[in-house]
Amino acid sequence: MREVAVVGANMLKFGRYPDKDVVRLASEALLGALKDAGIGIKDVEILVSGNLYQSNAMVGQRIMKEIGATGIPVVNVANACATGSTAFREAYYAVASGAYDIAVAVGSEQMGKMGLLGGGGGSDRAYNTEGVMGTGGMPGVFGQAGAEHMRKYGTTQAQIAKIAVKNHEHGVLNPYAQYQKETPLEDVLNARVVSWPNTLFMCCPTGDGAAAAVLMSAEKARQFTSKPVWVAASVLTSDPYAPRNPTMFDINTVTQIAAKEAYAKAGIGPEDLSMIELHDCFATAELLHYENLFLCGEGEAGKLIDERATYNGGKIPVNVSGGLLSKGHPLGATGVANIVEIVWHLRGEAGDRQVKGAKTGLAHVIGLGSACTINVLKK
Amino acid sequence: MAQETATEKKTNPILPFIKIPENYPEEDAYLWGVKCNACGTKFLGERIACGKCGATGNFEEVRYGTEGELYVFAVVHQAMPDVKTPFIAGIIDLDDGVSVRANVYGLDPEKPDHSWFGKRVKMFSEVTGQDRDGNDVVAVKYKVQN
Repeated sequence: MREVAVVGANMLKFGRYPDKDVVRLASEALLGALKDAGIGIKDVEILVSGNLYQSNAMVGQRIMKEIGATGIPVVNVANACATGSTAFREAYYAVASGAYDIAVAVGSEQMGKMGLLGGGGGSDRAYNTEGVMGTGGMPGVFGQAGAEHMRKYGTTQAQIAKIAVKNHEHGVLNPYAQYQKETPLEDVLNARVVSWPNTLFMCCPTGDGAAAAVLMSAEKARQFTSKPVWVAASVLTSDPYAPRNPTMFDINTVTQIAAKEAYAKAGIGPEDLSMIELHDCFATAELLHYENLFLCGEGEAGKLIDERATYNGGKIPVNVSGGLLSKGHPLGATGVANIVEIVWHLRGEAGDRQVKGAKTGLAHVIGLGSACTINVLKK
Repeated sequence: MAQETATEKKTNPILPFIKIPENYPEEDAYLWGVKCNACGTKFLGERIACGKCGATGNFEEVRYGTEGELYVFAVVHQAMPDVKTPFIAGIIDLDDGVSVRANVYGLDPEKPDHSWFGKRVKMFSEVTGQDRDGNDVVAVKYKVQN
């Protein structure tokens, strides 16, 4: 495998864009990334598009028609919330394998206000199991996942709420975040319950957005930039058998095996990371991933947030972008945006929220059902 | 002459792994599934291969019992518009070695507590609606035992 660098990175501020369609959002993000890389669409040899809600509608080819249809291979990817990061991985392997020198990954989604409340049921309402036989909806599933940690280790709702306090505090400094508003602990705990133990401010907002990255072989990268960001590992796993899965989705094992593989491939340990952008679709998820990414021992995630170790400036800054809780979670865009955030920090271009001296970053995404991607980037 | 076919009203399970006996409700609905004879893993419903060891064609049917414990739960307050909230969304570990998603009753959804973990529960069935053809649809639920 060849060395691969990220040379261009861009994202749109996540939010609501009712006057634009998803292809326009994706095209704007991609044009920005191409400009950042100093190339044009005619230089691109393969495009990988990540989009979930229009996964049968050839979003990638429509992007090409919007900004310049050159006849290159286009691949459309869907992998639940890991859609964008899976697209990035496909683009990475396209270059790492030696098949192409310049690849782009574009993630996009337009969700409007529909949110993550879907789940269960066929077309006849009488056979919809949601609320009749438990829940398959994301708020409930991630509520249960957090409750399992509470059961095993005595973790409290207030500890989990501190994660929302942190990420919203971080989000204030990120102009690309959908919400830039602090939520003190009492506000988080007193907010209406969406799915216990997660209250409203412990759930990510949904919306529209797009992000794009340009990847190049080492030789090409050196032609176009003096600040390449190297892909040290790009890992994708699926959930192995676990006794309760899929009655209860297992987001832990799938992340743990991805983390082990990513650390081994990158030749580093969690202690070598300058920053992490991880999949905090709900505050409970971030709590679990502290342990799944081996930032602390089993059962110690509550203590880690109590000690503020994951704040910007702490031992291991997590979600200095504000995370999905602040930034928003347009499904297909999320995984690419996490990578864009890390690229900006490694280049020293992250403005007020810059992690000082950032050298190595890890981007993690979970797609429920389940897929896990981990991309490790280094200067 | 137009032929009138009087369609007989049926009782259907909401999910395929719920079995409705001929004499329902005198005999209650029950959960069933298969056990892989190669590795011993149990599943809800039928399968063509084992999701754990990959063995094919080596299953025996299992009728699961009604008792188990509440492993974990969420209390769902916000859902699609036609879903009644709040409800306690449980993961039930059956004593017979499989887990099932279900609504849990007998606890106050406004007062969730760590003490709920591990509560003993017992299954009951209920007609939860009628489908477009007028058939009764049956689901199973769990009640906390005192």
